[in-house]
Amino acid sequence: MSTIHPRRRRAFALVGAFAAATLVLGACTNGSDDGDTSSAIGKSNTDNDKSGKKVVIGFSAPAADHGWMGSITKSAVAQAKKYDDIELKVAEGTNDVNLQISQVETFINDKVDAIVLLPFDGAAMTAVARKAMDAGIVVINVDREFDSPFAARTTVLGDNYGMGVSAGTYVCDQAKGDKNKVVAEIAGIDSLPLTQDRSKGFADALKKCGLKVNNRVAAEFTVESGEKAASNLLQAAPKIDYLWNHDDDQGVGVLAAIKNANRDEFVMIGGAGSANVMRDIKADNTVLKATVIYPSTQAADGIKLARLLVQGKSMSDLAEIEVPREVKLSAPVVTKDNVDTYLPSAFES
Amino acid sequence: MSTVQQEESTEVTKTRGDSGGSLGVVRNLGLVIALVILCVVGVMTSGDQFASKDNVITILRLASVVGVVSIGMTFVITGGGIDLSVGAILALSSVWATTTGTQSMADDYGWIVMVLSALLVGTACGLINGIVIAYGKVVPFIATLAMLASARGLAEIIADRKTQIIRNQGFTDFFGAEPLGIPVIVIMFALVVVGGWFLLNRTTFGRRTFAVGGNPEAARLAGIKVQRHTVYLYALAGLTCGIAAVMLMSRTTTGSSTHGTLLELDAIAAVVIGGTLLSGGRGTVVGTLFGVLIFTTLTNVFTLNNLSTSSQNVAKGVIIVVAVLLQQRIANRKT
Repeated sequence: MSTIHPRRRRAFALVGAFAAATLVLGACTNGSDDGDTSSAIGKSNTDNDKSGKKVVIGFSAPAADHGWMGSITKSAVAQAKKYDDIELKVAEGTNDVNLQISQVETFINDKVDAIVLLPFDGAAMTAVARKAMDAGIVVINVDREFDSPFAARTTVLGDNYGMGVSAGTYVCDQAKGDKNKVVAEIAGIDSLPLTQDRSKGFADALKKCGLKVNNRVAAEFTVESGEKAASNLLQAAPKIDYLWNHDDDQGVGVLAAIKNANRDEFVMIGGAGSANVMRDIKADNTVLKATVIYPSTQAADGIKLARLLVQGKSMSDLAEIEVPREVKLSAPVVTKDNVDTYLPSAFES
Repeated sequence: MSTVQQEESTEVTKTRGDSGGSLGVVRNLGLVIALVILCVVGVMTSGDQFASKDNVITILRLASVVGVVSIGMTFVITGGGIDLSVGAILALSSVWATTTGTQSMADDYGWIVMVLSALLVGTACGLINGIVIAYGKVVPFIATLAMLASARGLAEIIADRKTQIIRNQGFTDFFGAEPLGIPVIVIMFALVVVGGWFLLNRTTFGRRTFAVGGNPEAARLAGIKVQRHTVYLYALAGLTCGIAAVMLMSRTTTGSSTHGTLLELDAIAAVVIGGTLLSGGRGTVVGTLFGVLIFTTLTNVFTLNNLSTSSQNVAKGVIIVVAVLLQQRIANRKT
């Protein structure tokens, strides 16, 4: 991959330099402006999207047990279909690390060109990802990070800490300096570093305006777990002013619990950015007033980057010759004011 | 191998009025045919890829973890019990063996400390299961259900729900090695299968297991210490969980409270389609081995053909029902 002839590299850089007008980073294709990720391919104003050498990509992700995760695979497959030079092998979702490892081993046996991997557990998949890298396969790590820099060529990450910061900052803005507001938090799976990052970002942002998380519970990203966690939380906290729920899929259950408890004294902020939550925000008739986006198109970005890497192309809108080591996506707050921008790219839970 | 094993199980199950005959041979033959059909499908659909040595190794590596646990499960089920806690015990063992405390001890005294603590924790959990069941007279389903909940809970507490990474290079090097091209964990799996077969078919321990599972009262009257034997069986299952934990630790280079989730169902399924009676008294290690291989080969064939895990699960369910129906037909014809 890195053995491209210097002259070719220079040629790519030149092409990139001529064509570069706007920054079409992975972050931006996630719809910060026009919101329509499905038309991402149309936006590129370089010849990067022109058909090139055939690329075989293996793709593996956890089980699609919630809408966001389902959308990860769906948008990756849709992205791959747009290129006639990509052959995508999808090893479908599993939450069993033992099985996911064997899926990657199968890709290695198959001698694929690249592997786009959203691990169930980043640390547990590190060893086998490294094995793939050692076998000369380009590994793109998506969303849940490996614990070794040698295990992936490029990592595409959502900004989990940034999500917490966005949500916390929104709460601070709403509280307008009142330090007695009660803040509650419903986290996702606590064992995942992404949940820990979100909570840390939230706590850090709240600290800046003198607030803290008064009640915190953890669910498991599923509707059922959200309902269970929220029911308990609402019992524990008789009065809440702001509630941040990390994930809109479990949010369906959280909202059900709120409804059952007849509570509406607080403002609820969602997370991840599902379509039904955005529709609620738009309708403005529930406690949901905002959500923080965590793009479900990151695996699709992984597919695009894998293709560039295998074909030896650069990201044409960067001066940099090589594809970056890490792409971190932005985590904007969606409210009634800007919901129309983000609704088209939201995932259905 | 299967005929020899057949003689043994016939001899022991005579007390229950089961006529053995060619029963075991037929059953194992059915499993072999199923596996062969799967392999033929694999070769037909993805030819060279499927039949390659690398792919066979991949299948065996995937089979190792669930396989070792299934061997322990074979003993428990043959002895008339059930163990729902194997996945949770595996998680607890993997977490215990990878805490910072254990790992720093491993740095001082060698990685064997991590292995021993995994085996010890697994066996201890099994021992508790056995004591609660044998002496506390709690039905196995409930007792191991309780262990399932509490072992995973304890694992979460110890690990603080974080994934613990193994820093010890010696451990990962040893278990990640592939002497003669065969991964160490596959060799471990083979040893457990051979050891399990020997223990069940060639020792008094095995004969007692059949007797206890077939008819505990008769076994007691025959002078077998049924309670003590039950404790041994669950401790043995716990030990296999410890071994499986070491294997999964080497595969993932981590210990985690999420390891082995729903492993108990895979293990029970493999044991049951292998031909071990869920009601106890009859069991076969070789059948279990085939059961495990059938499921892992199935997974592999589906993965190679880009088929979803959802359709795979449907196929799994169909196989379980068909296998058990066939077994019943064969059993009815013979009696």
